[in-house]
Amino acid sequence: MEKPMLSMKNISKAFNGITVLNSVDFSVRKGEVHALMGGNGAGKSTLMKILTGVYTADQGEIYIDDQLVEINNTDDARKNYISMIFQEFSLIPTLTVAQNIFLTREDKTSMGLINDKECVEKTRNLLQELEVDIDPNELVGNLGVGYWQMTEIAKALSQETKILVMDEPTASLTKKETEVLFSFINQLKSKGYAIIYISHRMDEILEICDRITILRDGRHVATEDCKQIDLDMVIQYIVGSGMDKAFEWKEREYATDVAPVLQVKNLSVGSKVQNVNFNLYPGEIVGIAGLMGSGRTETVSAIFGTGPKDRGDIVVNGQPVAIKNASDAIKAGLALIPEDRRVQGLVLEHSVKDNIILPILSKMQKGLFIDNKKANQVANDFVKKLNIKTDDIYKTTNLLSGGNQQKIVLAKWLANDPSVLILDEPTIGVDIGAKTEIVDVVRELADSGKAILVISSELPELLALSDRVLVMHEGRMIKEMQRRDIETEEELQHAIQGF
Amino acid sequence: MQSKDSNLNGTVAVGSHTVSRKKTFDWRNYIVYLAFIGVIIYFSVTLHDQGFVSTDNLLNIIRQTAMISLMGLAMTFVISTGEIDLSVGSIAALSSLTAALTIQAGFGMVGGVAVGLGTGLLVGLVNGLLVTKLAIPSFLVTLGTMGTVAGLAMWITDTAPVPIVDATFNFVFGSGDIGPIPILLIWTVVATIIAHFLLRKTSFGRQTLATGGNESAARFSGVKTQRIKLLVFLGSGFMAGFAGLLYAGRMHAGRFTFGEGDELSVIAAVILGGTSLFGGVGTVIGTVIGSLMIGTINNGLIIMGLDVSQQMMIKGLIIILAVAFGKKAIKR
Repeated sequence: MEKPMLSMKNISKAFNGITVLNSVDFSVRKGEVHALMGGNGAGKSTLMKILTGVYTADQGEIYIDDQLVEINNTDDARKNYISMIFQEFSLIPTLTVAQNIFLTREDKTSMGLINDKECVEKTRNLLQELEVDIDPNELVGNLGVGYWQMTEIAKALSQETKILVMDEPTASLTKKETEVLFSFINQLKSKGYAIIYISHRMDEILEICDRITILRDGRHVATEDCKQIDLDMVIQYIVGSGMDKAFEWKEREYATDVAPVLQVKNLSVGSKVQNVNFNLYPGEIVGIAGLMGSGRTETVSAIFGTGPKDRGDIVVNGQPVAIKNASDAIKAGLALIPEDRRVQGLVLEHSVKDNIILPILSKMQKGLFIDNKKANQVANDFVKKLNIKTDDIYKTTNLLSGGNQQKIVLAKWLANDPSVLILDEPTIGVDIGAKTEIVDVVRELADSGKAILVISSELPELLALSDRVLVMHEGRMIKEMQRRDIETEEELQHAIQGF
Repeated sequence: MQSKDSNLNGTVAVGSHTVSRKKTFDWRNYIVYLAFIGVIIYFSVTLHDQGFVSTDNLLNIIRQTAMISLMGLAMTFVISTGEIDLSVGSIAALSSLTAALTIQAGFGMVGGVAVGLGTGLLVGLVNGLLVTKLAIPSFLVTLGTMGTVAGLAMWITDTAPVPIVDATFNFVFGSGDIGPIPILLIWTVVATIIAHFLLRKTSFGRQTLATGGNESAARFSGVKTQRIKLLVFLGSGFMAGFAGLLYAGRMHAGRFTFGEGDELSVIAAVILGGTSLFGGVGTVIGTVIGSLMIGTINNGLIIMGLDVSQQMMIKGLIIILAVAFGKKAIKR
């Protein structure tokens, strides 16, 4: 047995009393590409943030070449030759590519001044080696996302590195860029780097990786040789055996012979969304499944007018509507509950009541002033209806739990009585109890005749909610499945992997 | 003034057709220079007979703008990190007084200079610590210290001016000329060169721009952003203290009214020069040109015989126009 270059032993970590990692073991050999997989919340990112010093573990040891090392901050990680390519980028848009790559490590002249020429030259060589066509003097802010990612990788490799962590590196890359990246990863492998590769894409993992480790609910489930494993086994490991009771699917009755409430025709956004068509019927819950970067979010932002749209028609209740911004969409009877509710959905410093009545202020007015009696009544109604757990409607929303915050966001949009409700990752960061409640609320809304479109990366949730599932892959809608025809989560997993 | 040396501009962008755009001349990057040249030409023509172009008058403009320029140099760093310092005018006033009092008490020129600069450093330290340790927005912190320090300057001598009789001090810090060259011009040129290299060619400058460009990305890259912020506030306090010494030397006294309202002129000069109020983009040379332009407009309008009220209106309009036509701030 070959000795590991890196081994993490018995790593545990909890946030606010919630265990995220539970004595996880993980090791990587020299010259190996090691995949790290698991569902959302399995603990992959947390484990890697501990390795790179962004978080510190509550318990456990890290060994590099059999030496016990202390990693308490990002500096320590760098001293131990660990580099990470972050999903959230670490580049500065107002500096050039070369300036970013050598930030804090610039070459100096004999006078102690920064030698920009040398940095530019080194960057040019590095980029040439990577076969990436980027001008070292270009401002990073002017680069496209794919090149931004390449710059990020170049930056990680410009310093002495033994262990390189990549978090979903291909999410924003095109096919061609991915090929370039893979040939480069193979080159790094032969040079003896240890590479940890986090991804949800099985085809990529089977192509590029040597071994695979799977986490589930903060525990180590399996480490296997990629040659001796297939997609079904991996999916089995990721999904586990016990289906969550909370996420049991209920077959729902709704009329299918009526006119669709929302029709999307030939929707295209660059290469991210290509010719997407679908209909949505009143009382129906439709899920959109797909990997990160498959174009799900871009599709709904294009429909709702918050993102770009190149082509395509939106028809609501038989009427074609021109949606240029969110305000147009709301007028047409659409509502979008965004993924990041803390940023986009709520004014956290305001009370429950103020948040709920914000979109309908004009209806709450009596002369110049807000009709407090009416506003209180509306707010109280929603608190009761959605079972929001709060002392009263005057409590500030940042004091509530994630699940209850999400319900307030729901209430906010329901106050306007939309006919189509779009939910982007509705239960992200919400505890399991509240998840079930949100699932119930969404079902109730559909029963009351609203059409609902759900994006979720959590397949159990998607399967629990949807009457119909649309599968997106690389910007195209490749499959439409009736929920009752889907036997297992594995089937859906296969579909979103593009097989 | 983007962060590229002009000699590099010509050699890059060859062969890479996918991402790099052709580097064409974008006049908006140079708006402050064009505006400055325009203002000079306009006044030279219209005020030719009133002596606008005389050496004396031009040197006067330099003398009048030196303090704004010097404080602007340090403010360029502050604004480049995305922060602001409103206390510089008050610091100049207080420093002129502490320096004058120290000299009056017999500690000589060296003592006066040390105390004057120390005063600036101390206020800068307080600003920096409040911004970094207590995470109070710099606008509020320095709004507070602006008032406190201005009050302190009035209080220590009960608003009385403190005369300085030390001739060497007065010569070195403001009044002197070396041959035909005012000493204030020398200070301005030396400080500008130092500041320019500091921002463009040192790690500190690069990290200042990185902090303002995207603070969390800078931190992930190993930049100690809190320390950078503390340092830029220290620098701003120091230069404001230095400006206080120059006011004192020029007027042969310390006085609480020195520097009154300077913070706005300084910020205007920095922004006019092309530094982004959102941080991440900064230019030292632009700041000095911005400061000179404001000084030139002031001077020209006075020679034209305009009222103070008219001067204020025209100055305000020119600043708005220049910023509106200038390069758009890079958004995140």
